[in-house]
Amino acid sequence: MTLAVHMIRQLANAVALLGAVLVLNFCLIHLAPGDPVQVIAGEMGGASAEVIAALREKYGLDHTLMEQLFTYLGKVATGDFGYSYYFNEPVLHLIAQRLPATLYLAISALVMAVLIGTALGVVSARRPNGVLSHGVTVLSLAGYAAPIFWTGLMLLLLFGSVWPILPVTGMADVVHPRTGFAYLLDVLHHLILPSLTLALVFIAQYSRLARVNMIDVLSADYIRTARAKGLPEWIVVVKHALRNALIPIVTIVGLQFGNLFAGAVLVETVFSWPGMGRLVFDSILRRDYPTLMAVLFFSAMMVMIANIVTDMMYRLIDPRIRTGAR
Amino acid sequence: MSLKRSILAGALGCLLSLAAPGLLRAQSAGGTVVIASTQVPRHFNGAVQSGIATAVPSSQIFASPLRYDDNWTPKPYLAESWEVAPDGLSVTLKLVKNAVFHDGHPVTSEDVAFSIMAIKANHPFQSMLAAVDKVETPDPFTAVIRLSHPHPALLLAMSPALMPILPKHIYGDGQDLKTHPANLKPIGSGPFKLTEYKQGEYYTLEKFDRFFIPGRPKLDRIVVRLISDPNAAIVSMERGDANILPYAAGVRDIERLQKAANLTVTDKGFAGIGPLNWLAFNTRKKPLDDVRVRQAIAYTANRDFIVSKLMGGKATPATGPIAPGSPLEEKSVETYKFDLAKAQALLDAAGYPKQADGTRFSLTIDYLPGFDEQQRNIAEYLRSQLKRAGISLEVRAAPDFPTWAQRVSNYDFDLTMDNVFNWGDPVIGVDRTYLSSNIRKGIIWSNTQQYSNPKVDELLAAAARETSPDKRKALYAEFQKIVVSDVPIFFVNATPYYNAFSKGLGNLPTTIWGMMSPLDELYWETPPKT
Repeated sequence: MTLAVHMIRQLANAVALLGAVLVLNFCLIHLAPGDPVQVIAGEMGGASAEVIAALREKYGLDHTLMEQLFTYLGKVATGDFGYSYYFNEPVLHLIAQRLPATLYLAISALVMAVLIGTALGVVSARRPNGVLSHGVTVLSLAGYAAPIFWTGLMLLLLFGSVWPILPVTGMADVVHPRTGFAYLLDVLHHLILPSLTLALVFIAQYSRLARVNMIDVLSADYIRTARAKGLPEWIVVVKHALRNALIPIVTIVGLQFGNLFAGAVLVETVFSWPGMGRLVFDSILRRDYPTLMAVLFFSAMMVMIANIVTDMMYRLIDPRIRTGAR
Repeated sequence: MSLKRSILAGALGCLLSLAAPGLLRAQSAGGTVVIASTQVPRHFNGAVQSGIATAVPSSQIFASPLRYDDNWTPKPYLAESWEVAPDGLSVTLKLVKNAVFHDGHPVTSEDVAFSIMAIKANHPFQSMLAAVDKVETPDPFTAVIRLSHPHPALLLAMSPALMPILPKHIYGDGQDLKTHPANLKPIGSGPFKLTEYKQGEYYTLEKFDRFFIPGRPKLDRIVVRLISDPNAAIVSMERGDANILPYAAGVRDIERLQKAANLTVTDKGFAGIGPLNWLAFNTRKKPLDDVRVRQAIAYTANRDFIVSKLMGGKATPATGPIAPGSPLEEKSVETYKFDLAKAQALLDAAGYPKQADGTRFSLTIDYLPGFDEQQRNIAEYLRSQLKRAGISLEVRAAPDFPTWAQRVSNYDFDLTMDNVFNWGDPVIGVDRTYLSSNIRKGIIWSNTQQYSNPKVDELLAAAARETSPDKRKALYAEFQKIVVSDVPIFFVNATPYYNAFSKGLGNLPTTIWGMMSPLDELYWETPPKT
């Protein structure tokens, strides 16, 4: 199968899957008890029956579920994701405002996790029974086992209160707003704690994975051959071993993109990071159906894109997959 | 240095040291205050939206006819004077002449008339302005509010939290006020104007230079930082990243704030909203339809233990439907002091003797999610406490507000913990819970207890129209005694709200509306180091 045909098939699958995601999201969200009108009425301090009826009519919630589903699908087909019940703003506008913050967080956490995780894995694989290797193992297990919001709260207390060197809320200094390069530095400063929190759990997994793979690869015949040829050790490790050990990591990174988003919901809530995670959290609590459905849809889309990109990278790293050779 | 120079230098030094306090004071004018808020506003227009999240910014952006001090006394604001007609059927407001909106348009009686009718039509508190028939505008600075019957709650309803005066030239364009685009870009005549709103992150209020009260506001800027996690909000206060944390309600959070050396913590500023934490009964469901059963539960609940132990003494006990701090609160009511023997006797008399397994009957209790210390902990405590009287209680958790609201508003509950606000005058926030005409299925914070007592209906109707303060107080006193003895609700405590402020701030907002009042007098005595 040529690469082009493969890509077209992948894309067609993705589009069909997104359609299914839309319907599934709609059903799941509407199955939850409680309705958005009650939330709005509640936030108003208890509205009258007339106000409630008017709200229900305005949002089309007085129609049957089936009618609502078809209206929704029809609108989405034209690119209209509706208005947020809560914020009275177009949902796409809300998402456009929040998406960059989540991407900064997710990408920086991912980069941090891959770099640190792989490095720790490689280092501990060199001497699998050394102190460093055991230390990394223990830390990995702890990092993986700790709930992400707990890790976040601990880091928040540590670097926000006990040793207050890092900002703990928001994305930038709101009192002394900066521009240009200074703004970028400010955002990076604010990014450290949330992205570290999010990265920790993945660092743990990647270091374990890298360690196991490196141990495996380092004992392979071609590594022994490389060493026998008298190549410097770092060339053996980095050029010959790491490339092969990376393949499983690339795969898992792609597959875990969804987990990364789920983690971002918690991290953004702990650190008041103004991204999609908080939007989805608030929307669930408020039954803000249009916002919730749109956020979930775009998250699913991003996970699919990540999977396609993974697939491509996989083929790039390992020529055997590209050519179909086994 | 010559002697002459030394003398000169000394004299200069003396002068400087004398002038220093003045210089420092001059420096402290202006400045920025950062508010940490866990509440995200839907928008900024308090004319069509109630609740703290909107009322705090709305009270800064929009001025209102009156404002209130910490003794429930009305003070002039946009209205420099006001007069209630002897028959109570009209209120005449004389407006200040120098008030302008943030876009430069003068504030006139037309705007007042428009706003009052807009609030009557759109605000969720329908009883608040129900008596208003129309508003006449004989001249640009006089507004006469005509009423269908006397309505003493009207004066309190003219507070900034409840009656923002909107610019007619912006909101009178025929668009739906609840979704008007100007709600997110509001133009008011209050001390601060909204200059930036970053969705989910912060909003900024800048000083309005042409505010009609000379010399105010004293601050240059208020930044409200939206912080979703209460722990992060407290750390921000401890670090000095934020200067005000309003509406802190968690007992442990309050204790932590009180321990911080850089903060002043106060429970003043909440009398207006009058938040009550209570245990509500479904009075139409057996066995709770028997008043003796409800009274027995009240005698078993042990309010003193809840307030002193579960809430660490941070809350004030509440004994009736009108919150402590209100001049209308009646203190001489049955307090249901813990008395297990009395509770057992009442249950026996009601025809629910103990079975062989020691229980009389089983009930479930719900609670409003999200406020564990006020709600879940009490529900859990009641389970063990009621067991002592032979009542088996199952605690039923709801994952979120919509789930809980659906159960309670559709009467699918036995007992529920709840947290409800008085909103100043009983007509605005109390009547809704007890009037039989407000038993409306599907509406949260209506009379979901389905409590009905014709005498109570009569008293509330009379008190709503009574213009003599003494007679009104007497009517509400009788109402409170009846409700407390009928026990549709067992009142637990006034919800312990606290505000934390950075030290160095002067004129803290401790009026009855607290942080929902204009912060035009707030200033830095000693500005924070930046």
